Amino acid sequence: MSTPLTPVITEFWDRPDLYTLDGYRAVGGYRALERALTMDPDDIIAQVKDSGLRGRGGAGFPTGMKWGFVPQGDGKPHYLVVNADESEPGACKDIPIMMANPHALVEGVIIASYAIRANHAFIYIRGEVPNAIRKVEFAVKQAKEAGLIGSNIQGSGFDLDVVVHSGAGAYICGEETALLDSLEGYRGQPRLKPPFPAVAGLYASPTVINNVETIANVPYIVDRGVEWFRGFGTEKSPGFKVFAVSGHVKRPGIYEAPLGITMRELLDYAGGMRDGSEVKFWIPGGSSVPMLTPEHLDLPLTYESMAEAGTMLGTGTPMVFDQTTSVVKAVTRWLEFYKHESCGKCTPCREGTYWITGVLEKFEHGHGQEQEMETLTSLCSQISGRSFCALGDAAATPYPAAMKYFRDEFLAATHTSADEQFDPVASYVFAGAAAR
Amino acid sequence: MTITNEPGADVAVPSELITVIVDGVAIGVPKGTLAIRAAEMLGIEIPRFCDHPLLDPVAACRACLVEIEGVPKPQPACAQVVSDGMQIKTQFSSDVAREAQEGVMEFLLLNHPLDCPVCDKGGECPLQNQAMSVGRPESRFTLDKREFEKPINVSAQILLDRERCVSCARCTRFADQIAGDPMLELLERGAQQQVGTADDEPFDSYFSGNTIQICPVGALTSATYRFRARPFDLVSVPTACEHCASGCSLRTDYRRSTITRRLAWDDPEVNEEWNCDKGRFAFPYMQQGRLEWPLIREDGELRTASWPEAIDVAARGLQAAGKDTAVLVGGRSTVEDAYAYQRFARAVLGTDNIDFRARANSAEEHSFLASRVAGTPVQVEYSDLESAPTVLLVSFEPEDESPIVFLRLRKASRTGTRVYSVGSGTTRGLEKMAGTCIPALPGREADVLASLPADVRDALAEPGAVIMVGERAAASSGTLTAVVELAESTGAALAWVPRRAGERGALDAGALAGVLPGGRPLTDAIARNSIAQAWGLAESDLPRPGLSGVELHDAITEGRISAALVGGVEPADYPLDAVEALGDLDFVVSLENHHSAVTELADVVLPVAVVSEKSGTFVDWEGRPRPFGQVFRDAMMGSDAYVLGMLASALDRAQPSTVTDIRAELGRLGPWTGSRIPFEPARVDSAQADTTGEVRLDSWRLLLDLGVMQEGDPHLAATARPTVARMSPGTAQRFAIGTHVRIEGPGGFVQLPVELDESMIDGVVWTPMNSEGCRVYRDLGVGYGHAVSIAPATEGGSA
Repeated sequence: MSTPLTPVITEFWDRPDLYTLDGYRAVGGYRALERALTMDPDDIIAQVKDSGLRGRGGAGFPTGMKWGFVPQGDGKPHYLVVNADESEPGACKDIPIMMANPHALVEGVIIASYAIRANHAFIYIRGEVPNAIRKVEFAVKQAKEAGLIGSNIQGSGFDLDVVVHSGAGAYICGEETALLDSLEGYRGQPRLKPPFPAVAGLYASPTVINNVETIANVPYIVDRGVEWFRGFGTEKSPGFKVFAVSGHVKRPGIYEAPLGITMRELLDYAGGMRDGSEVKFWIPGGSSVPMLTPEHLDLPLTYESMAEAGTMLGTGTPMVFDQTTSVVKAVTRWLEFYKHESCGKCTPCREGTYWITGVLEKFEHGHGQEQEMETLTSLCSQISGRSFCALGDAAATPYPAAMKYFRDEFLAATHTSADEQFDPVASYVFAGAAAR
Repeated sequence: MTITNEPGADVAVPSELITVIVDGVAIGVPKGTLAIRAAEMLGIEIPRFCDHPLLDPVAACRACLVEIEGVPKPQPACAQVVSDGMQIKTQFSSDVAREAQEGVMEFLLLNHPLDCPVCDKGGECPLQNQAMSVGRPESRFTLDKREFEKPINVSAQILLDRERCVSCARCTRFADQIAGDPMLELLERGAQQQVGTADDEPFDSYFSGNTIQICPVGALTSATYRFRARPFDLVSVPTACEHCASGCSLRTDYRRSTITRRLAWDDPEVNEEWNCDKGRFAFPYMQQGRLEWPLIREDGELRTASWPEAIDVAARGLQAAGKDTAVLVGGRSTVEDAYAYQRFARAVLGTDNIDFRARANSAEEHSFLASRVAGTPVQVEYSDLESAPTVLLVSFEPEDESPIVFLRLRKASRTGTRVYSVGSGTTRGLEKMAGTCIPALPGREADVLASLPADVRDALAEPGAVIMVGERAAASSGTLTAVVELAESTGAALAWVPRRAGERGALDAGALAGVLPGGRPLTDAIARNSIAQAWGLAESDLPRPGLSGVELHDAITEGRISAALVGGVEPADYPLDAVEALGDLDFVVSLENHHSAVTELADVVLPVAVVSEKSGTFVDWEGRPRPFGQVFRDAMMGSDAYVLGMLASALDRAQPSTVTDIRAELGRLGPWTGSRIPFEPARVDSAQADTTGEVRLDSWRLLLDLGVMQEGDPHLAATARPTVARMSPGTAQRFAIGTHVRIEGPGGFVQLPVELDESMIDGVVWTPMNSEGCRVYRDLGVGYGHAVSIAPATEGGSA
């Protein structure tokens, strides 16, 4: 094990009271805020820029640059919106952060708002996770009571109100502009860009939208400095990452490690594959990124190296599948998800997911036709890069990658159903399933 | 369709042109141009469904994807603002664009039923056309299409076949952005996405029919037209709308001598591409219950007569009365017909007793129209409304009384025009124009106008400000005087907006006592000479100034008038008892197309053509002529002018009776440049100003009501707003009014459901003027601005 784990956000998760203000303060919480409030907001933006922190929501956009896009002195209200609508299949890292260490998020929100001169911040949390919503609401309430949120915070003259908003359960609302529409009370559908949110976002005012983990990184960067942060990871992917490993591994869970750790190392931390099994394919970060195979296990998990391998780091939440899994079935499930969650706004995504899912379901039941494999490929290319937002692109991702590595399985699905090819019970994760 | 008075005068010259290259061809376009428009300018047609030049871009359908040099992914041309030097490659020069477009077209047809052979849109369908031009000949899709129950009513008039919808959001964007009635919305997700309404809120917008016209597929249809015809079997004729003074250009489609539908015609200077539901759907009246033959009253009963006999009887009766005849011209006349009426009155009967104002009117209004409006060139245009910094509305509810003015004001308000309205409250229409109500008791507008808030006065003094006054101002003495004073003191442009399509034209044609064609004063020697010469008369043959309005009514009731020639007038439209007055006359000739209260008492009834059977000209509120052609060229029915020509001939006088001849005569007369009748200011009528009554009545005609020209389309009628009485909560409380109110006037009472309106001032009750269950003149015996008493409704008591 060459790369050690580096718990930062997750460092004190074994403290039962970490979610409380006292517990968080006991481990150095809100120290960064105190320092930040003495700093020039522009210096905070510069610090985040220098740290090289990249968005942890999936796209990896440099956070400091995003903050820098907000026009200052424009006389308009500015808003910070935290995207806590974690709903990507396979992604499970923001919700644990909010459950275990909500004050890191709240502190980050206050610092980020101070930096971009926002007096109003919103945390948009996926509606299906009331326990996480309650934790964050409690943290915000405690912060308000402690004078960390409110008017003239700590005598700095900075005013901030933080609103925790619960979504209504649409995957599309994780798309940042759809999230803004939803937050404004409209039906969540992506907005036409330009204007970009940094210019005209929430209520047509300059708005920064950041992922939970991104914001939770901010207090640590402000507290410990750029040098410290850049001490982890690589030049282009500095820092650490909350990796959430799931699938056919012995110990699925959260592993915080520097960017650049390999999947093989993460697998070791996760106790390796379950007994008698080996990696068949894996995805680095959510169903929206193309799958990889065992030959890619030694690639560093960084934004740049994943892009080189033809995939993306995405949310950094690897799902690992063993030889009991039907690729056809997995891809079908993912497409069923995209079909269900397509917002309907644009034609390629709305109709394309409907069509592809229908064809994949034929394959799953062994009724696919060979020429339909080519049809599916062309349908994916008719969606990819032609849809209104990234959801369409994401939906067009799983099939081409699966075809690249597992063409024979689709060919077999022209006569044999997925369940006949792979005993579904054998792929279940729970104990004893494999034996049956 | 549009006749511009000064060609080229309004063409905006863009200050800055940038160069873009589309398919290798360079073109200069104004900054901010969208790629799809730049391509259009070069004649390059890019497929599109959601794109509409009058709606905000949404880039949802993705049919217009093009390649842009230096941009990795194809971009929607409908939302791509061009930049200088931008290289755009459409399907004609880029495989990427062509393949992207073909892919989208294939997707669009997946869940579309392809039921073109039974679809109303088949033959004029953008989806069908573009599928033929850029679609695949055979579909690769072999799965089941998604299905919906069909059709559903989004309103009584509009039906929706959801499975045909391609989710372009044109209808929902129209409802939200143009009409301001966001009752249509996209619901659900993915392939289940569908247009719909809230359960208890149908799409009862006055403009709902436009969504059918802009739907790029056959998803939206009207109950009136659905399954009635195929587009390729229809004959289309450009026409002008006869329903109000907005002046819409229309297209009338007919099949086998029956009108099947009317559409809004594209006229950027007037109605853009829109019209209202009345203009679109209210045409069945022309084809139902028509008078076909002349009728003569014999022994108290009307009997069918031949044309020669009826003309003879009518001519002799009118000749006997001569100058003691009243000529009443309805507000629906064309310019040509109105001209024929006034010429017949003045040259044949020798009387100046003529009035086109079949509604509440006043001597003050007469003076206003004669001095400031008749025969004047265009002073305020639609485009002026759009660029006006401020528009003040007086006694005018545009959404009901001139819907296209409303649409333009709403459009203007979205780009910064401030709208103020002097009225009793903030109406739904005013809200949609983001307008501000300047509260005034009905009948007391003059006081409010004289003491406007300083900021409003200052705003009206800014260049480009406009004051629009409605015809209801005539019912409130002193209002027009105050409006004239305000316009003169602030320099704001002044526009008079009548409700009916024929009023402005009739005024310009001289169908008003004392006012000769073109606004020539009857008392002016030069004017008299030129008119007499044109008509082949001596100056002395022209009559002396006659009576109009209330004076004419008084003369009729007092027996000083013995006969009447009535063209298309509903007596119930007058606040006074016109039926009783006309019934007392010795001889009444009615030119009508349907049986009416006038034909009931007429001695001779002469049937005349409706708009589809004749050509003619309306003049809209701007003063812009709206000429229209004959839809049915073989129509047997003659126009009013034609019948009047026959009457003149019977009396050995000749007068032009065809549109061509009348236009020629009007052309020879030319515009009047001589002195005008001066405006005589009027003071507030003390009787009307009396505020001792309990509450004052505010009232106007809703766009959709009991108007006779709306008869015959039950679906349209079902989208009318419900009849309610509106008042402030304070008023309701003061009179202990609950859910229903009893409103009583000298002529009777009505009982109506109550709608409380926080924005209304106390001491006012509003009712519709002529709606089901509330016909104000008939039921209450008073009108706008008068005192009525209100009380909680009594059990079972309905007027």
